[in-house]
Amino acid sequence: MSDIITAEHLAFRYPGMENMPGIAVFEDLNLTVEAGSFVAILGMNGCGKSTLAKHFNAILLPTGGKVWVCGIDTANEARLMVIRRNVGMVFQNPDNQIVANVVEEDVAFGPENLGIASPEIRSRVDKALKQVDMYEYREHAPHLLSGGQKQRIAIAGVIAMEPKCIVLDEPTAMLDPRGRREVMQTITRLNREKGITVILITHHMDEAAQAQRVVVMHQGKIAADGAPKAVFSQVDLLHQIGLAAPDSVELCWKLNQEGFDLPLDKLNPEECAQALYERIKA
Amino acid sequence: MNPILEVKNLTYIYSAGTPFEHKALDNVSFSVHRGEFIGIIGHTGSGKSTLMQQLNGLLKPTSGSVLLDGRDIWADKQQTRQARFRVGLVFQYPEYQLFEETVYRDIAFGPKNMGLSQEEIQRRVLEAAGFVGITQQQLQVSPFDLSGGQKRRVAIAGVIAMEPEVLILDEPTAGLDPVGRAEILQNIENYRKAKNATVMMVSHSMEDVARLTDRLLVMNGSKLAMDGPPQEIFSHAQALLDMGLSIPQVTQVFLHLQKMGLDVKNVYTIEQAVAECKRILGGAAHA
Repeated sequence: MSDIITAEHLAFRYPGMENMPGIAVFEDLNLTVEAGSFVAILGMNGCGKSTLAKHFNAILLPTGGKVWVCGIDTANEARLMVIRRNVGMVFQNPDNQIVANVVEEDVAFGPENLGIASPEIRSRVDKALKQVDMYEYREHAPHLLSGGQKQRIAIAGVIAMEPKCIVLDEPTAMLDPRGRREVMQTITRLNREKGITVILITHHMDEAAQAQRVVVMHQGKIAADGAPKAVFSQVDLLHQIGLAAPDSVELCWKLNQEGFDLPLDKLNPEECAQALYERIKA
Repeated sequence: MNPILEVKNLTYIYSAGTPFEHKALDNVSFSVHRGEFIGIIGHTGSGKSTLMQQLNGLLKPTSGSVLLDGRDIWADKQQTRQARFRVGLVFQYPEYQLFEETVYRDIAFGPKNMGLSQEEIQRRVLEAAGFVGITQQQLQVSPFDLSGGQKRRVAIAGVIAMEPEVLILDEPTAGLDPVGRAEILQNIENYRKAKNATVMMVSHSMEDVARLTDRLLVMNGSKLAMDGPPQEIFSHAQALLDMGLSIPQVTQVFLHLQKMGLDVKNVYTIEQAVAECKRILGGAAHA
């Protein structure tokens, strides 16, 4: 498979003020995201997750090294629109991302800015709303929707631009459990059925467990990178850098501290129950 | 012991008499005692935030009443003012409300409005900063130079400095990493213990409320749907899922074990799950 995003010796420093030095976030970061994959990025507040995400559609530009998006150097200003069209961003607070008074107008905002013809916009908006399961709400007022519904409208607004990749920065932080389930189901489906690359930044370990690959960041460096089972079974490392594994893994890990010998790769309740059952019956 | 707060047949209608009329609270009743740690859960729009704002007099009931120490908070102006000091409210993302030049002045803002002496204000600021782990040095810097987690702790300290007998928080850990979450929850627990204060915490994290609270209020469709200790509430797994909520992951693990025919108790925290596993696995640990 080809790579959609590549960070090569990426360095980034936020500019300083008069008497304050800038803050170096990355010094030499290397990361490659395969087209069509679903990658979760974890890390403590301030570890550089969001700064990295902003390099993926040229909101921020490297102060050293390169970021390539769809083969384009993000520093190439002439190709900025192509990059932004291919990598859409969804942020934490749905209320900060909705611009129109009617759902379908909000979803149309992106494609309108791309200068697409009206009939084409109509068809893209309908398609996008169907893909996030919000088509029946197309004539509703966004502010009367629930948090999960608003966030799905924000995702529809991004996919109406037909990007190859969506970057979501803590999209469920403000949502209730149902809203979280709705958003996770939506992005998983977009990845599986439409082949859209998904990069999900989250503090919820159970959400990261649903990705194909988990990248753990710590102080601007990559501390772990691999399949969810491989990353989350490194419980000691996760604890050291202020993170945790999903509760089912934490349970097995705690039991192992008491002298049991349970596998640390059971990421969901069913698998965990099965492992415990086998241990009890053994 | 008399309850510190009593909510009696509380109903609240937004925009009454307009086409946007909406009943946000429907005949809600419960009482709260000193020292309790209460979790409030419910889907978006279930009435949680409206309820919070009723408890310190930011919103006035359409019918029914809120009693603080047995007296209606709307009896007269003095009572309403008292309620605003004695019941402290921390909104979602409170760090956006910081505005002062230094952390010290920001935390001092509430106590200053209470008309306290300089010495008392200073004592309270230092104590509140201590509860949330803000250092002497940090008190002198601009709140805007702090990290997100630190800013949030400053905002919580600003409410704690008013020494509310009831501290109400709306999702105090949203957007924080696991360590940041644990720290803030511990700060809140420390305040509760030190002052025998009542804490009411709105949360979407079933794990957090399961671990910390002694009692859960479940809001659903503007009504109080359930009121009880976590072990009782989380035994109604299907009802909670139908309301758009969930149950802690370890509770799910044990429900599976029960379905597989094992005789295990319901658990809702990792600690309980460990204890229950040890009971069943018993001496087999070192096999």
